[in-house]
Amino acid sequence: MSGPSEVPQPAFPRQRRSSAASARFYSRGVSVCLAAPLVVALAIGFVYPVTRLVGLSFEGGSLEQYRRLVAEPLYLGVLASTVKVAVVVTIASLLLGFPVAYLMARLRHGIAMVVAACVFIPLWTSVLVRSYAWVVLLQRNGIVNTLLADAGITDGPMKLIYTQGAVIVAMTHVLMPFMILPIYSTLRTLPPDYNRAARNLGAGAFRAFISITLPLSLPGVFAGSVLCFVLALGFYITPALVGGPGSMLMATLIGQQTTVLLDWPFAAALSTVLLTVTLIFVFLFRKTLSLSKGLHSVH
Amino acid sequence: MIGQYLSLIGLEKHFGSVRAVTTLSLEIGAGEFVSLVGPSGSGKTTALNMIAGFEEPSAGKIVIGGRDLTHVTPNRRGIGMVFQKYALFPHMTVQQNIAFPLRMRGQSNKTRIATRVDEMLELVQLSSYGERYPQQLSGGQQQRVALARALAFEPPVLLMDEPLGALDKKLREAMQFEIKRLQERLGATVVYVTHDQDEALTMSDRVAVMAGGELKQFGTPTELYRHPNSAFVADFIGRMNFIEGNCIENAGGTAMVRLSDDTVLSIRAQGLPARPSAGQSIKLAIRPERVRVARRGEGGSGCLAAVVQTCVFVGSVHILVVRLECRPDVLLQIQLPAEGGQPFRERDTVDLLLDDGAIHLFADTERHAA
Repeated sequence: MSGPSEVPQPAFPRQRRSSAASARFYSRGVSVCLAAPLVVALAIGFVYPVTRLVGLSFEGGSLEQYRRLVAEPLYLGVLASTVKVAVVVTIASLLLGFPVAYLMARLRHGIAMVVAACVFIPLWTSVLVRSYAWVVLLQRNGIVNTLLADAGITDGPMKLIYTQGAVIVAMTHVLMPFMILPIYSTLRTLPPDYNRAARNLGAGAFRAFISITLPLSLPGVFAGSVLCFVLALGFYITPALVGGPGSMLMATLIGQQTTVLLDWPFAAALSTVLLTVTLIFVFLFRKTLSLSKGLHSVH
Repeated sequence: MIGQYLSLIGLEKHFGSVRAVTTLSLEIGAGEFVSLVGPSGSGKTTALNMIAGFEEPSAGKIVIGGRDLTHVTPNRRGIGMVFQKYALFPHMTVQQNIAFPLRMRGQSNKTRIATRVDEMLELVQLSSYGERYPQQLSGGQQQRVALARALAFEPPVLLMDEPLGALDKKLREAMQFEIKRLQERLGATVVYVTHDQDEALTMSDRVAVMAGGELKQFGTPTELYRHPNSAFVADFIGRMNFIEGNCIENAGGTAMVRLSDDTVLSIRAQGLPARPSAGQSIKLAIRPERVRVARRGEGGSGCLAAVVQTCVFVGSVHILVVRLECRPDVLLQIQLPAEGGQPFRERDTVDLLLDDGAIHLFADTERHAA
């Protein structure tokens, strides 16, 4: 590519959103007053407990808890399988959720509302209810096993529930709306002219999607993936209900340490590790996003 | 010359029971610049979308250079299009945007693509902007990139959907000449949609006036201005004064029009498509620059008495608004040459002499947009 540049080009203006647009309308005092309740609530309800938690894990100024965590392969195994489950759930949500989001953005308003309702209603239903639904479906004499046996596909009931597979399926179901909504909102803001222009310029429907719609929807895909992944890393209820002792995840392990074994310092150490891992992944995601060319200016 | 001829044959589009376009037939020559003008909802954009392939016609045919394209998908039509909001791909640089149609056409030779992109950038005078992203360019620059992208593959027909709508007035005028220059240089066939009749008159070889999904008149800008075939076209193209009246006689090329109980005008009306018959209510139309004004008593016979309401100087001309004495409900706008001082003052009484050759008579059956 040759780019003649006799004219000095200014450095690429990064659109940093350091302050919200509303900052221009309100004075500093009003802004502080408006933000204060949330800041106080966060300080009391989040910052303080987390600080205490981290402090607790270094009880007596020793690294004893962390040494224990590293020495026992079981714990690192749980951490690894947590990350693995989160990755699989995120990818599954993306593959299943993107078409739904795409459909919602393309459909006529009335039908789009119906599809949106199908996405939203599960979101408004308690996670507990949705997870128990999977217990009903997947248990030994549950609907899935009965159907499979009746259809002659299997001889007897298979072990579906209390496996890692069950955890992945149920978590994907629970977390899917968090993938669909950001992608949907990104696709919705794409002017239909982009697609038309691509078609007009000679791209078939598929190539127009691959070279225009998909890259322009990436900010939504990233946002949805981060949401899904972070939520999956710390997910408790679903793995606790559908997962068995063999498919323990970090959150269930921490729960067990605090409520059953009452080993609070060790639970605190586990939590700190989970928190750190989560933050690292969020940081990496953001880095990737800001590196992908041109995307920062799409919105 | 890259342009080819375009025929629209009895094109129709219905959305449910709404007829967006009814039997539109146009023959557009190779290298011709044709504008579709009309108020919003006139069907001009729908017509354009049918040519581009974004809307399937309910009936009719689209033929370009002898090839029937009616049912061909948009990406196989090879038609260029410039969108109102440019529709440049924001994740691609200017170069990549212009290279897009070349790549989609299976051109994989990188140096050839680069050469062509450079040529196009030079054509629109943006050679040093190839590496930038669209949102780093001004509106006018973006539109030039869109133009370069649409022309990069030498389309037989270029469609433009209100391409200057988002630009300010000065820039719009500069771009009008720029587009016209490119079109003439390349010999492109252009179908240009706009609601701005001035823009259409300035740029086009021929203009198609549409209203309510129908083609009202298709002709050169001079034809439309001098010989509008309906009150709608007369009103839409340029400024026009209307006076309602009654035709009481129409024979031997002279029409007698009653404007009020004691005022009858005798008019040698020019070639009208629907010559009004006696007893019909009609609309008499005349352009502001075709009315002559004299002081009361100096106009001679056959004048209309009027009172000046306002007289303003707008640079190139004086604009005079007068009220007819025989018909106090009628206000006429008159343009007078700007030389000399203020020719008339408020409440001056004047005689109006309507230039016979410039009067149009329309049957007063159709509604026309005010």
